[in-house]
Amino acid sequence: MEPLRIHKGLVYPLNRTNVDTDQIIPKQFLKRIERKGFGQFLFYNWRFNDDGQPREDFSLNDKKYEGASILVAGENFGCGSSREHAPWALEDYGFKVVLAPSFADIFYNNCFKNGILPVTLKEDIIQHLIEKAEMEAYELTVNLEEQTVRDSEELQETFEISSYQKEMLLNGWDEIAVTLKQADKIDQFEQNIGK
Amino acid sequence: MEKPQTIIDKIWQRHIVDQEPDKPDLLYIDLHLVHEVTSPQAFEGLRMKGRKVRRPDRTYATMDHNVPTIHRHVIKDQISKTQMETLKQNCEEFAIPLADIDHPDQGIVHVIGPQLGLTQPGKTIVCGDSHTSTHGAFGALAFGIGTSEVEHVLATQTIWQQKPKTLNVKVNGNLGKGVTAKDLILAIIAKHGVRFGTGYIIEYTGEAIRNLSMEGRMTICNMSIEAGARAGLISPDETTFEYLRGKRHSPQGEDFDTAVEEWCTLATDEGATYDATVEIDAEEIEPQVTWGTNPSMCIPVSESVPNPDDATTPNEKEAIERALDYMGLAPNQPISSVEIEHVFIGSCTNSRLSDLQKAAKIVHGKKVKDTVRAMVVPGSHSVKAAAEQEGLDVIFQQAGFEWRDAGCSMCLAMNDDVVPPGERCASTSNRNFEGRQGNGARTHLVSPEMAAAAAIEGRFVDVRQMDSPVLS
Repeated sequence: MEPLRIHKGLVYPLNRTNVDTDQIIPKQFLKRIERKGFGQFLFYNWRFNDDGQPREDFSLNDKKYEGASILVAGENFGCGSSREHAPWALEDYGFKVVLAPSFADIFYNNCFKNGILPVTLKEDIIQHLIEKAEMEAYELTVNLEEQTVRDSEELQETFEISSYQKEMLLNGWDEIAVTLKQADKIDQFEQNIGK
Repeated sequence: MEKPQTIIDKIWQRHIVDQEPDKPDLLYIDLHLVHEVTSPQAFEGLRMKGRKVRRPDRTYATMDHNVPTIHRHVIKDQISKTQMETLKQNCEEFAIPLADIDHPDQGIVHVIGPQLGLTQPGKTIVCGDSHTSTHGAFGALAFGIGTSEVEHVLATQTIWQQKPKTLNVKVNGNLGKGVTAKDLILAIIAKHGVRFGTGYIIEYTGEAIRNLSMEGRMTICNMSIEAGARAGLISPDETTFEYLRGKRHSPQGEDFDTAVEEWCTLATDEGATYDATVEIDAEEIEPQVTWGTNPSMCIPVSESVPNPDDATTPNEKEAIERALDYMGLAPNQPISSVEIEHVFIGSCTNSRLSDLQKAAKIVHGKKVKDTVRAMVVPGSHSVKAAAEQEGLDVIFQQAGFEWRDAGCSMCLAMNDDVVPPGERCASTSNRNFEGRQGNGARTHLVSPEMAAAAAIEGRFVDVRQMDSPVLS
């Protein structure tokens, strides 16, 4: 996994609450056996008409958000299915950071395994960011080390994150390798339970 | 005397492999269930690093999401076919038991785990599927995980978990006639919203829960994830033990009695405290129907869909407007006036034998309305066989239902069982998200009884007013 320390990028505002993983990546694209190539299907049913043409009424298709790498959305982002295809699609499309007032917890955990930083900020701040990004090309700098979100003006917010997840992402560690260092403890546990 | 504990604390404590400050706990996993959709990339990850599956004997796989429920071996979609073949190859390579499409044990992963007795009280159970919470009905700590975590569990038989807070959902009194476990969980989510469980493990307690069958309890725990909870469970009791007695993977003979003694120690102690508690009165609950695009957008069948003008916040107003637009409904429209074109009885929420029995009682001797296409998809091969032994297949087919083979089917429409754009389905599944049952499809979540009644009438009716011999 690629480490993530500081990320500066263009914000894409998605002013919707309870965005579920069925919307992030619809089920017809879950049949593939690879991890890559899901970006083209991100928000597919919102992005495209039945004939595969981009929908004008969905803002991600707007030229001004081309190259956006920071997604800002409403509360409970990523609810529903556990499909890791959701962060795979976001990452493959180019998103590195997702900001929301709250996240569904399987999605939240899945992000860290894929080099995406989910940042929880207060609802009024998220609304402010959404409004800014809807008005103009708006960039943010997200610093994981300092746990801050800044714009080029006066905005500076701090966010909470568990030290374990922070360290994993900062270093891009392979979690399985970390756990396998504890193999003796797992052996011991299995001996204790007798099976 | 030791401090009273909840079942959640007890199971958690008994599975800690490693615990250090500022880190999640490393938990041991007793049972890892695997299906075709969320596992291929995990096995590929193992291969790339030259890793093994630590405990194939604690791992069990089946195919459910993609499988056709008719013409079982005609899989037109090559990508689906490859995904199923990939699971078969992976299970062979890593020596994992697999109930594939032809196997008599095949079925929806959350139906077959309990049915085989793999699901037991006190176990930690994971699966790359959010509805893993279903197994909590047995007093197991069961939760959904992503594919990277599937790979982690395959390689290490453990998972890193920050301990969630505990939430007691206490259901007082008893459900009325014709009101089911499905109505109860929908009513709970309607009242408290789709994220009241976020950050929590729920224990369901109270008289109404105690009086539910194991099947009803599975329906409740299944939808814990729709409330955002990490898991949902119910302390085991006689109902649990009776269900497990004689199941293939349950302890047998004297070992069973010993196991029951141990399982009895799991139940939440008198006086144990939770981080939060909500209470609900079972007697107040009516049969429910969802009107919108998440499971909290739900009303009693006697009521009308909301008006966006009555919303208390701009976000809520916008969400109601979007949902009504997607669902093709008008503000204040009575839900009983809504006509449906499809009925789906199935899914890990409601496809067990008792679900089918209850639906069959409603349709017995009646006909599905001619504008409705209705299907029953049993949760497993063995549910199907048991239903056929009782003649339920004949009752359904004579009424005009299609009688299918086991799988996830129209709950998420990954196979050919799809609701066409703009059409409406009364569904016993768990999610009414946009496009869930097909692009543009409109889903209304209901109980099996309510779905059966809707099939006959072509619209939502209060099942309690149906002319039906037995309603329990």
